[in-house]
Amino acid sequence: MSSYAPWDIESARAIIAEKQSMPGALLPILHALQEEFGYIDREAEPVIADILNLSRAEVHGVLTFYHDFRQKPAARHVLKLCRAESCQARGSEALAAHAAARLRIAFGGTTADGSVTLEPVYCLGLCSVSPAAMLDGRVVARLDERKLDTLLAKAGR
Amino acid sequence: MSGLRIYVPGDAAAVAVGADEIAVAFKAAAPRNGTAIDIVRNGSRGLHWLEPMVEVATSAGRIAYGPVTAADAATVLKAALANGGDHPLRLGDPEEIPFLKNQTRLTFARCGIIDPRSLDDYRAHGGYKGLARALQMQAAAVVEEITQSGLRGRGGAGFPTGIKWKTAADTAADQKYIVCNADEGDSGTFADRMIMEGDPFVLIEGMTIAGIAVGATKGCVYIRSEYPHAIAVLDDAIAAARKGRMLGTRVAGSPHAFDLEVRVGAGAYVCGEETALLDSLEGKRGMVRAKPPLPAHKGLFGKPTVINNVLSLATVPVILEKGAAFYRDFGMGKSRGTMPIQLAGNVKYPGLYETAFGVTLGELVEDIGGGTASGRPVRAVQVGGPLGAYFPRSLFNVPFDYEAFAKADGLIGHGGIVVFDDTVDMAKQARFAMEFCAIESCGKCTPCRVGSTRGVEVIDRIIANRDRAANTALLEDLCNTMKFGSLCALGGFTPYPVMSALTHFPEDFGAPPRLAAAE
Repeated sequence: MSSYAPWDIESARAIIAEKQSMPGALLPILHALQEEFGYIDREAEPVIADILNLSRAEVHGVLTFYHDFRQKPAARHVLKLCRAESCQARGSEALAAHAAARLRIAFGGTTADGSVTLEPVYCLGLCSVSPAAMLDGRVVARLDERKLDTLLAKAGR
Repeated sequence: MSGLRIYVPGDAAAVAVGADEIAVAFKAAAPRNGTAIDIVRNGSRGLHWLEPMVEVATSAGRIAYGPVTAADAATVLKAALANGGDHPLRLGDPEEIPFLKNQTRLTFARCGIIDPRSLDDYRAHGGYKGLARALQMQAAAVVEEITQSGLRGRGGAGFPTGIKWKTAADTAADQKYIVCNADEGDSGTFADRMIMEGDPFVLIEGMTIAGIAVGATKGCVYIRSEYPHAIAVLDDAIAAARKGRMLGTRVAGSPHAFDLEVRVGAGAYVCGEETALLDSLEGKRGMVRAKPPLPAHKGLFGKPTVINNVLSLATVPVILEKGAAFYRDFGMGKSRGTMPIQLAGNVKYPGLYETAFGVTLGELVEDIGGGTASGRPVRAVQVGGPLGAYFPRSLFNVPFDYEAFAKADGLIGHGGIVVFDDTVDMAKQARFAMEFCAIESCGKCTPCRVGSTRGVEVIDRIIANRDRAANTALLEDLCNTMKFGSLCALGGFTPYPVMSALTHFPEDFGAPPRLAAAE
């Protein structure tokens, strides 16, 4: 489980200022904001644009281009289940259906109680121990339904 | 460092199957056994069906045990402490295990053996000998050595590395860059991750040699965010190299300056394409650039840039240490040296297998990989990631070689092989290839952006048996447009998995089977 600071534009401004002089600073800034707050609030966009001398559209464009960046907070737990070919060959699609049914959400969704966000990931580089997943940044592999259920139980589901 | 050395891999694949828990259990149990132990978190040897595989340094060399579970930890530790004593999980000398013994490890020579965070360990196992030789040579001679070795881009394109270097070296500029492409997004591949987690200094050394050869003082490793373990190990190794004066203003006491930093991707597959990667490094959307200009002329921030894959750069030190001829003597045709091949998916013995080019696909899948893990017949293997072709068993005689694979309408890509058994539905796999392209397209060119979505729709109609013949012809036409009209390999190569599935497995698309049709 990950805990994040509540969104605060002043501390966000400090994070942005700290990295602004890096060449190509936008991605490192967005990563740093997400690491601190768990997501990047809309309020940050004009501030980043102003500090980096970019248009707000450019900042928004980058933020929305990359799958990693969140525009709203995720659940307390994030389960990323690999759905790429190697995991498919070891039954990940059945596992994905099982996870979605158990959590009663579709991929990309968050459970009603806000405990788990379920996301697809296209390869964790754990293809030799497929199927694989990442729960709150921790990697798990050789998954089956029983192992997945144990993981979800730990996440309160 | 006074205790008995016990190796518990810190490689992400080992960690994902419980290596951290075993390291914790060993630490907890050690005092009860009365022997001081020194746990080294090494990389993986690449025998992944045996992970977590732990090793103990005994008077007779290293002894391995695996696959170890947390429940076995106490008894394995007891056996290990008894000078590598008996245990049901005892594997003996890991280097005598045929899967490892039969390999030719040049790039992966140290992976799984050394402590990846120790500069001393790296040096003790032959590290920095390549740089030492490079520092005694003229820069142009270093570039020539790489050209003569026959090394080709291991990221998938197979472009001669020496030519890239020479182009950047011959371009005058106040600043040049070495960029390492560690955005290893292809399913079925994990060699970049393994080398960064198991032997990061070899990548640092390779990039340093590249910098000296082309006159670049700054390097950057772009690692995908899905690889937190690799990022952590490489960060630590870079800090250790700086401390040991192997990076900085006077590399190894020479007049050359070179330093590097790690940048983290953000989950965009297309950033593995070199020009999209450069845009991403500049803080932009990862959009593919039209070439020319080549990155070697105008790359990162408009400056001459050498951009190479992790494996290409990690192979540079051994070439410099042992000479171009040594490396070139391995392989076949225009594919020189060795390739770290990755066996994944439904395969009995998954892992990393480095060998000279020329081994056949069938040898890799059946003999080395042992067939499927499920015990069912192998039906298809996808080689080269999500943009690679699906091969049927009838093409298992194709040798692992850039040109031979191209001739068979496929590609070796980054060397990943994903095995599927006879339960696979190839129409579904073709649909997934188009769907993946639609999800990951950067959107710059129309054939990829629009073609992939139309491709999913056309395949859906074929699966649903609506105007099957007409839609199959349409799919072939669409693939042709994507192949020749896309700006980069994402749209350009998506037709490989789609067309190979359609060609070799027509029965899954509602057409007569290929063999029956041919007879």
